[in-house]
Amino acid sequence: MFSLRSVAKTYPNATVALEGITADIAPGEFVALLGPSGCGKSTLLRLLAGLEAPSAGEIEWEHRPGPGDIGFVFQDATLLPWASAEENVYLPLRLRGVERAAAAPRVAAALSQVGLGEFAKAKPRGLSGGMKMRVSIARALVSDPMLLLMDEPFAALDEFTRHKLQDDLHALWRRSGKTVVFVTHSIYEAAYLANRILVLSPRPGRIAADLRPSIPEGTHRRTSAAYTDLVAEITGTFQRVMPGHE
Amino acid sequence: MNKTIERLAPYIFGLIALGGWQGLVWALGVPPYVLPGPIAIAQAYLDGHAVLNQALLSTLSVTFVALGAATVLGVALAVAMAASPLFRAAIQPWAVILQVTPIVAIAPFIIIWVNQPFLALVVCAVIVAFFPILSNTAAGLASTPPELRDLFRLNGATRWQTLTLLSLPAALPSFLTGLRISGTLALVGAVVAEFVAGSGGFASGLAYRIIEASYRLEIPRMFAALVLLGLSGIVIYAALGWLETALLRRRDGA
Repeated sequence: MFSLRSVAKTYPNATVALEGITADIAPGEFVALLGPSGCGKSTLLRLLAGLEAPSAGEIEWEHRPGPGDIGFVFQDATLLPWASAEENVYLPLRLRGVERAAAAPRVAAALSQVGLGEFAKAKPRGLSGGMKMRVSIARALVSDPMLLLMDEPFAALDEFTRHKLQDDLHALWRRSGKTVVFVTHSIYEAAYLANRILVLSPRPGRIAADLRPSIPEGTHRRTSAAYTDLVAEITGTFQRVMPGHE
Repeated sequence: MNKTIERLAPYIFGLIALGGWQGLVWALGVPPYVLPGPIAIAQAYLDGHAVLNQALLSTLSVTFVALGAATVLGVALAVAMAASPLFRAAIQPWAVILQVTPIVAIAPFIIIWVNQPFLALVVCAVIVAFFPILSNTAAGLASTPPELRDLFRLNGATRWQTLTLLSLPAALPSFLTGLRISGTLALVGAVVAEFVAGSGGFASGLAYRIIEASYRLEIPRMFAALVLLGLSGIVIYAALGWLETALLRRRDGA
């Protein structure tokens, strides 16, 4: 899908956010960018989205993404508060000039994909935190992007809602085969969701470990021994790379 | 029960104050040319209501035309300032200078320069009223969540789309707050301009009636005109407040 070649990002105030990031991401991978706060993982996501440019190195794409090829899910749902769920989901298509009538079936499909088919007319104020995040995911999916970038989307949700959304996202990824890059600071979340985990060290962010776990699918995924072992392995990695960590 | 009393409290207090006022005037035998009681003021209004209502209409016309013009000017400047940092840098200090210079000091010039009396009053009122709309709308435009800007960028939105689909709707609550402040300021601007213009020969508004009545020592009539001004201010403020709540509830409601 794309390759990162010695990608680095230094901000004008001399903060080095990322250094020497090299990795090949294959189509269909669910990549978790895992690291502590301030390790530059969100920056890496913004570089992939083209919202910022790397200060060194480059990102090589198999197919350079254009408008609508990348779906971005932010940490907060960031919906337009004055627009209904379906209006919010329609927005990316509308910006690219797709007529409302032509977009309607895709909007409806995206909403039902995240289980909100019946809430098309609801305004954000009338939706729970988890539902708003679902709308936000539908908005990212509506243009059928080749790459889904997610920036700690579930961090602000309660544990139960988070588990449900993780389950649904994992199922959606398995169904759709989309490439996902998912930023998180939760070891458990990365271990549960991803089939590729890039562990980033604290600032400046470097790849401290590149894991390709394979936990058996199924209802016991979250309690399986493979999952517990993976969490232990990642925890061990962090103990090596975190300064002052015992 | 408690809520009802709380809501009625200002009216009850007003009635008690009016009653006390009238009582004092009666008890002490204060002559009406020093301090008229509420009854004398009401009588003065009834005696001159044709003239006073005409004057009220004149002042309100200036106020509303000025508020409309201030809205157009304020929003247009705010959008231009949001679009171009250079324009913002060039304009902002001058807008502040215009805002901090007392309108009483500017009004005589405008009365001289603008020949059409109605227009002269409107210009003065616009100068007083446009700033809150400008600054609030500008703040609202600047407060658009950066994530949403990114989302628009990712989907290749044009500047026009970003303005009409994101920035302007996002700025609506701030704009409405500015509009409410500007509504009462437009009235203040109109009255100040009338005071200045009144001595220059042109007159028909409430402020002029106050000056006129004071020359004639018709103190109750002065009060009657003052009460009309106060009520107008309250009604404008309340109406714009209602508009703000209603519009936002309708737009963002579930």
